[in-house]
Amino acid sequence: MDQRNQMHRHIANTRKSLFDQGYLDEQFIQLEELQDNSNPNFVEEVVTLFYRDSARFLSNLDQALEKRPLDFNKLDSLMHQFKSSSTSIGAKKVKTECTHFRNYCNARNAEGCKRTFQNVKKEYTTLRKKLEAYFQMSRQVGPIETACRSR
Amino acid sequence: MMASSSGGSWKSGGGDGGVSDQFPAGLRVLVVDDDSTCLMILEKMLRHCNYEVTKCNRAEVALSYLRENKNGFDVVISDVHMPDMDGFKLLEHIGLEMDLPVIMMSADDSKSVVMKGVTHGACDYLIKPVRIEALRNIWQHMVRRRKHEWKDFDQSASADEQKPPEEPDYSSSANEGNNWKNTKRRKDEEDEAEERDDSSSLKKPRVVWSVELHQQFVAAVNQLGIDKAVPKKILELMNVPGLMRENVASHLQKYRLYLRRLSGSQLPGGMNSGFMGGPDAGYGPMSSLNGLDLQALAASGQLSQLPPQSLATLQAVALGRSNNSKSVIDQRNIFSFENPKSRYSEVQSQHLNNNNNINNSNNNNNNNNISSNINNNSKQMNLLPGIPTNIEPKQFVSLHQSGQHSFGSMNNQVQIQMGGQSQSQHQVQSNTNAHMLTRGAVDMSSKVYNPVVSVSQASSVNSYPLGGSLGNPNVRATPSGDGNLDAKVSVGGIVPSYDVFYDLSQTREWSLQDSGLTYDQSSLLLQHNHSSGSEMREQNQNLGGGKVMFSPAVDTRTHLNGSNIGQQRNTYIKTESHSDGSFHNTMYSEQYGQDDLLAAILKQQQGVGQLNNEFGFDGYALDDLPV
Repeated sequence: MDQRNQMHRHIANTRKSLFDQGYLDEQFIQLEELQDNSNPNFVEEVVTLFYRDSARFLSNLDQALEKRPLDFNKLDSLMHQFKSSSTSIGAKKVKTECTHFRNYCNARNAEGCKRTFQNVKKEYTTLRKKLEAYFQMSRQVGPIETACRSR
Repeated sequence: MMASSSGGSWKSGGGDGGVSDQFPAGLRVLVVDDDSTCLMILEKMLRHCNYEVTKCNRAEVALSYLRENKNGFDVVISDVHMPDMDGFKLLEHIGLEMDLPVIMMSADDSKSVVMKGVTHGACDYLIKPVRIEALRNIWQHMVRRRKHEWKDFDQSASADEQKPPEEPDYSSSANEGNNWKNTKRRKDEEDEAEERDDSSSLKKPRVVWSVELHQQFVAAVNQLGIDKAVPKKILELMNVPGLMRENVASHLQKYRLYLRRLSGSQLPGGMNSGFMGGPDAGYGPMSSLNGLDLQALAASGQLSQLPPQSLATLQAVALGRSNNSKSVIDQRNIFSFENPKSRYSEVQSQHLNNNNNINNSNNNNNNNNISSNINNNSKQMNLLPGIPTNIEPKQFVSLHQSGQHSFGSMNNQVQIQMGGQSQSQHQVQSNTNAHMLTRGAVDMSSKVYNPVVSVSQASSVNSYPLGGSLGNPNVRATPSGDGNLDAKVSVGGIVPSYDVFYDLSQTREWSLQDSGLTYDQSSLLLQHNHSSGSEMREQNQNLGGGKVMFSPAVDTRTHLNGSNIGQQRNTYIKTESHSDGSFHNTMYSEQYGQDDLLAAILKQQQGVGQLNNEFGFDGYALDDLPV
């Protein structure tokens, strides 16, 4: 019991830190609020879907970045999709990097694009790891009461 | 047949009025987004709002849902950025075919994109990530639309049965809802009914313009000549028992609009303010439609299913579109063309320029001509001073060409004068875009198509096909004042400046799905739009002569109504098809009836070419128009 409580607290703290450190934003909370008994794993399902789509977006971007010359419009368009997806789950840092990337695209700055793309990938990977750990923990303790939604 | 429907399509509700308690629960939403993550989230959010959600990740799929189930949805939410079809294009399609409120969403919150949503007739624009609170209120769009339709319906009750709301019965809107329900039900049941079955009913029963009826109509119009085709005479010629002049009048309006769109769809800009202006607004410009338009339309016989409103819408659109500068418009709407200087004209010019580029790349000769024209003229087009008209590049181009000049100066008055002139002008069509307005003041005879700024932009009224059902809003063009700028894009014909081929392919799909005539106006418009857009260009080239020219709508409206914004209304479209009939047919014919229609029109046009020598609106019994 106590251990369970501890676990819960740990999970809550982990969650809080994700927000505090800027990995997630309010949109994630919106998702959590949509989760209910009829759909207890909604957030995780959505995030999993996000991973799946992201893999595709990132791979497309990788390919596009290897072309010479760079097609900035296409890059921008691809990144727009990825950014849109990231935004929808509240991936804050990822979104920020996406914006940087798009700025470089608009400026037709190839170097900038490539550099920021690496950042995008890095942030994405980091977030993904954290979320996976978080969900795994949550599953271990059973349905989590996402109580204190610290905003 | 006013069937007293009982709550019809409102699933959540039981009988009449039963839904009102639950409303907006059960609102039927169609969500379109290629991003499955977003789609899933939106679906969940909408379900949490107690809406009925259907999701799809492809625009064509969405369109097919909508077409198969015309009254199956209350509102559509669509992403802007989709790989298979641009969200704005989808928006146009929906506006033309189904007249449903469409909400756009995007992670892109840049002003230009949002504005594009407005001009294309979206009734709202949500920035992603979308919050559930934003979704809770989307039902208002549906209500608003119904309300406008209803109001317009009332106002235009003089005869035209402006399309009764086609949205699902929405009991919660109280009486209006009931009325709608009834009309809607009737519409549903009427199916191919050719005539009003109940001519004695007090409420004017909706006339369903079946293929046969429409063909009779078109034949009558052709017989009379597009210029002289007035409702009274058409009615006499048609000799259809039970059909009333008002029905014919409204159908005529739509037809004209349609024709205009066909030829002038390329010119997105036209704000159809004239049309939309108010209930009466719609009529004014319509009358101006040349016989050509009608003939063209008639020829193709495709319009059969066009509900009166659609036709009006078509007209409105057409008017609006072609007439960037002039259109009258409705107070609300729009853009007063008179003001070439409006800041938007610049925007428009840019559009034009852009279009030109596009055109050039896509089209061959003609476009080049056009583009140059456009560039030159772009200044003149003042599309909507206030609101950037939805100038579709393609359309615009075409419009511009001819219209450029005219518009620039035109602002309304010009048009009339133009009419007299130049026949030759419109020959200009070399630009293929035939529709376009002939140069500057020219020739009205050339039937410059002055797109009337679609009112829809102003408000949720969608006078344009895009925006809403063709039928109703157009005529109304009433910018409802809602604050929402429903810029349903300048009128139906707005063809986004998307890839031409894309358009082509798109259109094709429609035609397949739409089985030609049955669409309610929107498909007609849509197709044309497309055609007018990219395809038109291509086709126009073929057209050569047969282009449908729209003559700038002279400010008949002012004459008529005086109330209309004087100048704005001018845009009437006279479509003149010049000789070249090959035009659409080549491309579209297999695609949809409209192509045939257009082709037919073109062919007819050739003969008719002379019709518009002058704006001739005077020739029309404007007074005939039910206002």
